[in-house]
Amino acid sequence: MPWRLLKFALKSKHPEPRMFTAHSELKESYDAVIIGGGGHGLAAAYYLARDHGITNVAVIEKDYLGGGNTARNTTIIRSNYLTPEGVRFYDESVRLWQDLSQDFDLNLFYSTRGHYTLAHTDSAVRTMRWRAEVNKHFGINSELVDAQAVQRALPMMDITCAGHAPILGALYHAPGAIARHDAVAWGYGRGADRRGVEIHQQTEVLGIETDASGSRVAGVLTNRGHIATRKVLCAVAGSTPRLLSMVGLESPISIHPLQAMVSEPVKPWLDPIIVSGSLHVYVSQTARGELVMGASLDPYELHSTRSTLDFAESLAAHMLDLFPFLSDVKVVRQWAGMADMTPDFAPIMGKTPIEGFYLDAGWGTWGFKATPVSGKTMSYTLANDRPHPLIEGFSLDRFRRYELTGEKGAASVGH
Amino acid sequence: MKRLPPLSGEWIDRKQPIAFTFEGQPFSGFAGDTISSALAANGQRIIGRSFKYHRPRGLLSVANHDSNAIMQVQHHGRTLPNVRADVTPLADGMRVTAVNTRGGLAKDSLHLLDRLSAFLPVGFYYKAFHSKRFFPRWERLFRNLAGLSELDLHSSRRRTPKAYAFTDVLVVGAGPSGLAAALSAADNGAQVMLVDENAGPGGSGLYARGGQDADARQTLQLMERVRQHPRIQVLCNTYAAGYYADHWVALITPTEMVKVRAASVVFAQGAFEQPAVFHNNDLPGILLASGAQRLLSRYAVAPCQRVLVLTANPQGYAAALDALEHGIEVAGIVDLRTAPGPASTQLAERLQARGVPVSTSAIIENARAGVDGCVRSVVVKTRGQDDVATAAGQTHEVDGVWMSVGFAPAHSLLLQAGARLQMESSVGQYVPSMLPAGIFSCGKVTGVYGFTSRLTDGTRVGEQAAAYVQRRAPKPRSTAGTPGMMEMPNHPYPIVAHAKGKNFIDFDEDLQLKDFANAVQEGFDSIELLKRYTTVGMGPSQGKHSNLNALRILAKLRSEAVGRVGAPTARPMFHPVPLSHLAGRSFSPERATQLAGAHEALGAVWMLAGQWKRPEYYAVAGLSRAAAIEQEVRAVREGAGLIDVGTLGKIEIHGPDAAEFLDRVYAGRYGTLTAGMTRYGLMLDESGVIIDDGVIARLADESFYFTTTTGNSASIYRELGRLATQWNLKVGLVNATGHYAAFNLAGPLSRRILARLTTVDLAQSSFPFLGLREGLVAGVPARLMRVGFVGELGYEIHVPVHSALHVWEALFAAGAAEAIRPFGVEAQRVLRLEKGHLIVGQDTDGLTDPLQAGCEWAIKMDKPFFIGQRSLRILQKMPKRQHLVGFRLTAPGTDLPQEGHLVLAGTEMAGRVTSVTRSPTLQAVIGLAMVTPAVATGTGFRIRIDGGREVDAIITPLPFYDAAGARQKLAEAP
Repeated sequence: MPWRLLKFALKSKHPEPRMFTAHSELKESYDAVIIGGGGHGLAAAYYLARDHGITNVAVIEKDYLGGGNTARNTTIIRSNYLTPEGVRFYDESVRLWQDLSQDFDLNLFYSTRGHYTLAHTDSAVRTMRWRAEVNKHFGINSELVDAQAVQRALPMMDITCAGHAPILGALYHAPGAIARHDAVAWGYGRGADRRGVEIHQQTEVLGIETDASGSRVAGVLTNRGHIATRKVLCAVAGSTPRLLSMVGLESPISIHPLQAMVSEPVKPWLDPIIVSGSLHVYVSQTARGELVMGASLDPYELHSTRSTLDFAESLAAHMLDLFPFLSDVKVVRQWAGMADMTPDFAPIMGKTPIEGFYLDAGWGTWGFKATPVSGKTMSYTLANDRPHPLIEGFSLDRFRRYELTGEKGAASVGH
Repeated sequence: MKRLPPLSGEWIDRKQPIAFTFEGQPFSGFAGDTISSALAANGQRIIGRSFKYHRPRGLLSVANHDSNAIMQVQHHGRTLPNVRADVTPLADGMRVTAVNTRGGLAKDSLHLLDRLSAFLPVGFYYKAFHSKRFFPRWERLFRNLAGLSELDLHSSRRRTPKAYAFTDVLVVGAGPSGLAAALSAADNGAQVMLVDENAGPGGSGLYARGGQDADARQTLQLMERVRQHPRIQVLCNTYAAGYYADHWVALITPTEMVKVRAASVVFAQGAFEQPAVFHNNDLPGILLASGAQRLLSRYAVAPCQRVLVLTANPQGYAAALDALEHGIEVAGIVDLRTAPGPASTQLAERLQARGVPVSTSAIIENARAGVDGCVRSVVVKTRGQDDVATAAGQTHEVDGVWMSVGFAPAHSLLLQAGARLQMESSVGQYVPSMLPAGIFSCGKVTGVYGFTSRLTDGTRVGEQAAAYVQRRAPKPRSTAGTPGMMEMPNHPYPIVAHAKGKNFIDFDEDLQLKDFANAVQEGFDSIELLKRYTTVGMGPSQGKHSNLNALRILAKLRSEAVGRVGAPTARPMFHPVPLSHLAGRSFSPERATQLAGAHEALGAVWMLAGQWKRPEYYAVAGLSRAAAIEQEVRAVREGAGLIDVGTLGKIEIHGPDAAEFLDRVYAGRYGTLTAGMTRYGLMLDESGVIIDDGVIARLADESFYFTTTTGNSASIYRELGRLATQWNLKVGLVNATGHYAAFNLAGPLSRRILARLTTVDLAQSSFPFLGLREGLVAGVPARLMRVGFVGELGYEIHVPVHSALHVWEALFAAGAAEAIRPFGVEAQRVLRLEKGHLIVGQDTDGLTDPLQAGCEWAIKMDKPFFIGQRSLRILQKMPKRQHLVGFRLTAPGTDLPQEGHLVLAGTEMAGRVTSVTRSPTLQAVIGLAMVTPAVATGTGFRIRIDGGREVDAIITPLPFYDAAGARQKLAEAP
């Protein structure tokens, strides 16, 4: 029993302060306004305050803290991407992740479990080899392993997948990890709050004002009043198109639901994270013993978080192809988030044609793992009004310039 | 606890005894028992250990609304995890054990955690254990402590069927209001499906009797009418797991999932009784009054001998009367209210007449356990300010406490269906304030509690549902239901603080009252944050017995009304659903061409290409894989080979705009293609990226026949259909993939072989390279295309699928003298690589445009429009980001590069190998690589192969083989 839990037994009153100060009023102006109180927005606020000394900041959240995709993702963290831009970026994120619990003094249950991306076809084997080679080139611990190695590591898995999609090999990524997603938002939120950032929940943005020229941010209109500011960071995932329309910007983002489901807790049996692009499955077992399962995006654009039965049906079928012994394990809940997809499966980060309007979007299905590095690089970008070197490849105008990033092979059903 | 003498209407069959074991001890029950009822009948009061503190737990809801009764069961050789004992029928030979104990239920060594609870406040695991060094060790400990059942990793897949059903009106819940609704809808002409999660209908109409039989008799009459009604189908042991868009409801029966599309849905799911909260309210023997009533009337089990009833509504008084009726002594009624309502008062008089003391403004301050760990006594005090007890107390020696202080409506499915709720103060619960079209609700879920009122409500709503289905003008609707209950069923705050805590809100998660106060103190003061921080409602019962009290506590801490703090959103599943039910038998289509048997006979080694099984190569006794493939390659280069390409996507397009359509979707030009000729086609997306390729043949002025790659055939057909509609062009598309078999007969001797079988004149003058001819092959109508993916004289032969085997065999017979050989996908890959042909998706990636791929010849920029043209115009003016180049290893040793290996420029990554092979024809290792412009303009590069070694490659112009293209244009056979 760690000594620090002693205080709870010894003190008659619960010895913990509020993690997030409740602010009854918005100030008239802030140096920066961050729209979106999810992991990304809070992380940006945290690093703005900690690393750049900018603390007169408001984080505006229309619902509750960390309630969007931060609350809905399946918590997988990895850096086995395909492009140099992606690999460097996500590797930096993994590095930040590993120290985060201690930085926050809050246990995020950051758990390095190893990550298998299964290949069922020779074309998938080719892509896995490519990813492994790129990863190794940049010093990332990834390797292509054969079917026998997969079977040795996961003796309970049916590597023939019920005979119809035999596993030919896998990309094994040892640093693959999971973390307690909600706590990430709380940790960043608390850290930002303690440094003077104001977090305003239940505050919805109704409009973004620009100056007379129309090309510079002047303020934000919310359901709780007007805020004057010269810098706005938009970190709102599935609501990005709506926010962009407020400043007259367009992006190639389309919104697709991404669904997931979770089982009842069972005793631990699955250590690593398993992903199969062909079967549209990814699964890990949480510290509570639940199996968190996901699949690919819904195939059509939809701005909604409704669940569908056919998602649960096909995911269950594919789960049982891999793990037939789970037949009697029960699913307790399914849910969905809105994924903001880009054409090249890489995010959109940095400056925009509107001066003072910064964008952190296009996170599609891969945003959670980037929470620390996106906060770090976006806060740099905001503070210096120039993109952080790690995100130069992710700018909004790359689509106009035909300089896409090409992460499709690693991001699509990767998670 | 004991089994009572036979009762009329009991659900058990005493003629069928059942033997089972619990924790290794022999037990017995009857057919019709659940595991829970059988354990209760055997006097087993402790049935599990709690999740966090490992406190002994007994039955609570007897309705699967809590996780106390989760078991591991071995039966018929299977280990069933997390079995819900409350609702699982007892079966002979079951071996039942409690879950998550160390050393068994009785002596669970982890009960020590209960003593440590002061060190483990809400969210304790966020506050410690995170030093980088020790976290993995702590985590292992936590992982091992968590989780319920063990899994048997060797158990086999359970394949359950799925059924589809349609009905006019689906009624969920067969209690009094559901029965009435079903009858009313059916009497008004609708087909009705009535489902109930219990083993039989009737609901509280049968078990909540209040010591008399009038309501139960009426319920039985309704059940009988339902049973006999020709338009009502009843499904028991069946729960609605989720409501999905457009009245699509997943019903889970013990053996299968039934997916129902209903024209209208009536939710009559009643309400979950909620626990009262006081110190030690989780001791075995303390259960919900409705749970006790279920045990009594369904299974004839008396859960105790002497009971104290804690109540705040007439239902509790009624339960006390039921206790007396079954010979259970009632030590007293403890009513939280100052002034019980008229219904309670009436019942109280009957109780008092039988010597039962009734105290009001009273609370149970705490419960105490006996040596057996179960409730032995309770201390009753007067309720003072702030829900704290006054000092003086009275101790009652009892072995049972029944709680009846209120209900939470079972509105999860209603919310999933899009209903909006509002707090209705007269019943103290949320009721629907807006229902979507075709969705109805009645009974307790709408706040209607009186028996007669529920029947009236059900009848009214059933008629409305029928009217909706029949598109009749619906009668004016009032969602509030009819009044009829004289008294509020819900106490607003049945929660008593206690210095020692252990007053549980969520029994699944071992959450105590103070956990909520502490979480709110830490800033988790909205219901969603509170839920996520405390994990209330996140356990196996998903908040059925805990969400309402959590809301009340939050409201009180925030000094707001319960209706103001909001309710968590409801998501499927209503009850957990086994993966096997969701998965069903699993449908994984696997396609094989008509020639699968022939390939098999020829020794095919199979590979998967999308859904298709294709021969990778044909094994030859005594030859290695590589040698067999080499022989196939040589056969094509020197004689003749035959490959099954029936898996290619095949589409016909007809209509006046057919050429225009193809000119828009392919980068090449097809308006100018003459009938009887073919042309390569490259399909791009809007950003100019190559997404598919194929051969387009013009059959006639307004008719084309074209192929797509195997993997993309379905999606391209779909997309083309969408485009044809969007562009409003006069075309008809026919997906002919499954209509035609196709083979490629290739090699210098192919003309000679084909000539023996066909009516088509194969002479170069009448059937040139890239020509298309129709005629008979082996007596079968066929389309012949003179195309050459493999770079030899060759004919793609398309015939109706039913003739495939006939033609295939005829070709082999005809080519016997030329030693014709079948060749597989792997040989084809080698052959095409020698010829420098790319494979879309292998040699191209998600960003490759035709300029990078060296396919400028296949795009016609001067057309008015094609998909990707605008992007290509821009890309043409920009420097290329990457180039596809051919390469040859300078010193082909044993270490072959593989596809995906990196191309290096110095130490920098400069591309990758996309295709590589050892060419039997050229006796060299050749390949394609996607490289940077700098590398492409050089003479060579290095490739990093396995083990980090590097090999040298020189850039080689494409194609590697027969650069002049003479072989595929071969005029006459050699």
